[in-house]
Amino acid sequence: MSLLTLNAMQTRIGQYAVLHDVTLEVPEGGVFVLLGRNGAGKTTTLRSVMGLWKPSPGSVSFRGTDLTGMHTADIARLGIAFVPEDMGIFGGLTVEENLVLATANGSFDTDSLARIWRLFPALEQFWTKAAWSLSGGQKQMLSVARAIIEPRELILIDEPTKGLAPSIIDAMAEAFREISVHTTLLLVEQNFEFARALGHQMAVIEDGRIAHTGSMADFAANKDLQASLLSLSA
Amino acid sequence: MDRFLTTIDRIGGVNLLPLAVALVAFFLIGVPSSWVTLTVAGLAMGMMIFLMASGLSLVFGLMDVLNFGHSAFVSFGAFVAASVLGWLAGWLGAESVVLNIAAIFLAFLAAIVFGLAAGWFFEAVIIKPVYHDHLRQILITVGALIVAEQMILAVWGGTPINVPRPNFLTGAVLLGDVAIEKYRVFAFLLGLVVYLALKFTLSRTRIGLLIRAGVENREMVEALGFRIDRLFVAVFMLGSALAALGGAMWAGYETLITPALGAEMMIVVFIVVIIGGLGSIEGTLLGAIMVGLVANYVGFLAPKLALASNMILMMAILLWRPNGLRPAVK
Amino acid sequence: MTQETDRGADFVKLVVLLIAALLLFAPFLFQDIRSLEVAARICVFIVLVASYDLLIGYTGIVSFAHTMFFGFGAYGAAIALRQMGPGWDAVLLGTLAGALVSLVMAIAIGLLSLRVKAIFFAMITLAAASVAMVLASQLSQFTGGEDGITYKTPDLFKTATKLVVTEDGKVARLFGVKLNGKLAAYYFVFASSLVLFVFMIRLVGSPIGTILKAIRENEARAEAIGYRVVAYRTFVFCVSAVIASLAGSVYAIWLKYTGPDTALSFSIMIDILLMVVIGGMGTMYGAVIGAVLMVLAQYYLRDLMGTAAEALANVPLLPFILNPDMWLFWLGVIFILLVYFFPKGIAGSLARKETEA
Repeated sequence: MSLLTLNAMQTRIGQYAVLHDVTLEVPEGGVFVLLGRNGAGKTTTLRSVMGLWKPSPGSVSFRGTDLTGMHTADIARLGIAFVPEDMGIFGGLTVEENLVLATANGSFDTDSLARIWRLFPALEQFWTKAAWSLSGGQKQMLSVARAIIEPRELILIDEPTKGLAPSIIDAMAEAFREISVHTTLLLVEQNFEFARALGHQMAVIEDGRIAHTGSMADFAANKDLQASLLSLSA
Repeated sequence: MDRFLTTIDRIGGVNLLPLAVALVAFFLIGVPSSWVTLTVAGLAMGMMIFLMASGLSLVFGLMDVLNFGHSAFVSFGAFVAASVLGWLAGWLGAESVVLNIAAIFLAFLAAIVFGLAAGWFFEAVIIKPVYHDHLRQILITVGALIVAEQMILAVWGGTPINVPRPNFLTGAVLLGDVAIEKYRVFAFLLGLVVYLALKFTLSRTRIGLLIRAGVENREMVEALGFRIDRLFVAVFMLGSALAALGGAMWAGYETLITPALGAEMMIVVFIVVIIGGLGSIEGTLLGAIMVGLVANYVGFLAPKLALASNMILMMAILLWRPNGLRPAVK
Repeated sequence: MTQETDRGADFVKLVVLLIAALLLFAPFLFQDIRSLEVAARICVFIVLVASYDLLIGYTGIVSFAHTMFFGFGAYGAAIALRQMGPGWDAVLLGTLAGALVSLVMAIAIGLLSLRVKAIFFAMITLAAASVAMVLASQLSQFTGGEDGITYKTPDLFKTATKLVVTEDGKVARLFGVKLNGKLAAYYFVFASSLVLFVFMIRLVGSPIGTILKAIRENEARAEAIGYRVVAYRTFVFCVSAVIASLAGSVYAIWLKYTGPDTALSFSIMIDILLMVVIGGMGTMYGAVIGAVLMVLAQYYLRDLMGTAAEALANVPLLPFILNPDMWLFWLGVIFILLVYFFPKGIAGSLARKETEA
């Protein structure tokens, strides 16, 4: 059984239908990459799963639980974390406070804290600094750290490499690889190199519909398909 | 010049503004004893306005809800406290300080309890159906304000009501040739205690952390697994209770209150919130103190300008900082 | 579907035309002074409410300063007539001065607050309006303070003026109505209101109206397409302010008296809000319906309530409910219910209902 199932999902924002028919099965384990052009509906798909926008009609189910109509907070409590495109950092709070909020009961588990500090040493260094003073890359690290401070089943990540320096992208890829051993990642990405390096399964969304889905290896080998779906020249 | 500005920023930035105002006023007024009296009055007034405004600011910050009916809580607080003080007039006039304190404590408590209950009702009935619709939100809260004011009029009548002060808070303390009204000191200290308690809650407790995070990014707090709407009810009730407390204290300060009190304070509260920046209690405090001081200084220096002074202050600050002095980080 | 929507809208238009006809012939249909008062007030408030609808209905921003602009116009005309005497030059100068002050204030408020946040705008207009109110009562040497000012208007509008005389030198009558200055004054009010209202209808029908609707539907999208949202909003705010100001001048000329209660008080602002919500926001025609209903209710229903309360003095509770002092309370309750259940108002709901049928 797949971990997350999107069934004929449609989402409107105001009077504009952004998603027309998104049907997708995300299997448990590994990294599932969602590709697509700007405005194709990738972010909307993630937000619809998270309940931040309500899909109707259509349904989203997670391990057999129907998420449609559930409150975002309750969806999160099922073990789904969200790393939004703008990172969603609380700038007025310190790094520590940002992470404390993401814990279930307000205290840190020593092991997961140690893991975060190992993956992202900068966070330990700026532990008591206000989060707005962090660099873009450090904010992205904090956002990911918030998602993994508690054990989760599924993490939705929206364009984590956008605007980041190459060295930080590498660190991010390393972290994702490690996280994906125990947790399923649903990754929206524009950076195809990054996506290819990490992804196991993938789908391309085009104009609010799933245009292709399959394994990343097959897709990476098929240059024609890439060219037609992503207008990649390479 | 740049260096000068950095230095100012380091030692407190905009927080120094009230100090600068006080300093300028000192030279304009020229008589130290008058200046002290006015400054104390301004600080006391500022603290009471802060109580009235803090809830409005937090509620807006957290849920983007601007409650035009907020001043109804101020009025109700004032009238409820006035009624309780009226019933306990015997205790107020007693020589025993304990009875005095008990009376004023009960009056304030009644206002707070009323504020909590009214806040809960208001949130559930008036605000909840129009969370995400600013236009209807403004209209409905204005409608609620009309209804609330008419209720006050129906219950307490249109004539001014006398508010007795407890014995131990009447009169003034003499420091040299400076007379300081006891009630003002009391109002300032009580306001300060509430501010510190609020500040502590917001910075040291988990619920405070949630509120601060929610003010910045509501969606993200929900995506972390917290029900903001439930938190919001609590904040709304707290804000209403603080407004009612502010109104109760204001009633004791003015000693004569009319149903127009709410409408008058509403303007001041709005100006404070705009000056201070929405969503942060530090900003609200700063705005309230500024308004309190400026109102008192200008009232002394140029009485004709007194009523317009708040407005001029607001315009000046908005031109300088369109988002207010210390808005919450967004 | 579109056709049926049109049918609903046509019905609303028909009602509005009927009201216009009634107002046009009001002096002949209802031959008493009070009725003429009511008719003139309706004319002025239609313009005032429609100009407010221009703002709230077509840009979605809420201003509490609309009475202030109305007041500028009224006080402008009133002060000029008082200081310069009852001439047309005073009327013109006062009206223009009022409109100019309104324009300047609107530009200042708009530029200061419209670019920040729509909600700031509501608060700032409220603050500005309250300062205007305070100023009007403080500058009593010009404004007459709380008492207001009375003055004479041009001779043409005097009740004693004979527009048409019969052979024996008396005022001629048409269908029993004296053709005197009062009649001229009424038609001055009617014609001015009609011109202003038609201007607004044309404005919302023009390309500008279309852009405004686009901004109202989706601000971010309109901005992305390249419309300068702030500029358009400020523009509409200015137009709406100037029209409110002109309406104020017209009303001041009709009443021959201007004071806080007739031109500046916050209760007028509440009336405007009620009228625009009752009638229906964003429809223009809704303003007509809302103004007619509210003014009629103010003049007749309130009295009726008082009479009923007295008549039912022995019945428990009813006298309390019908007490005219509770008028505003009930209006507030009705207002809240309307915003909840009929946010489109009468005009909007009518058009909708026809569609559904």
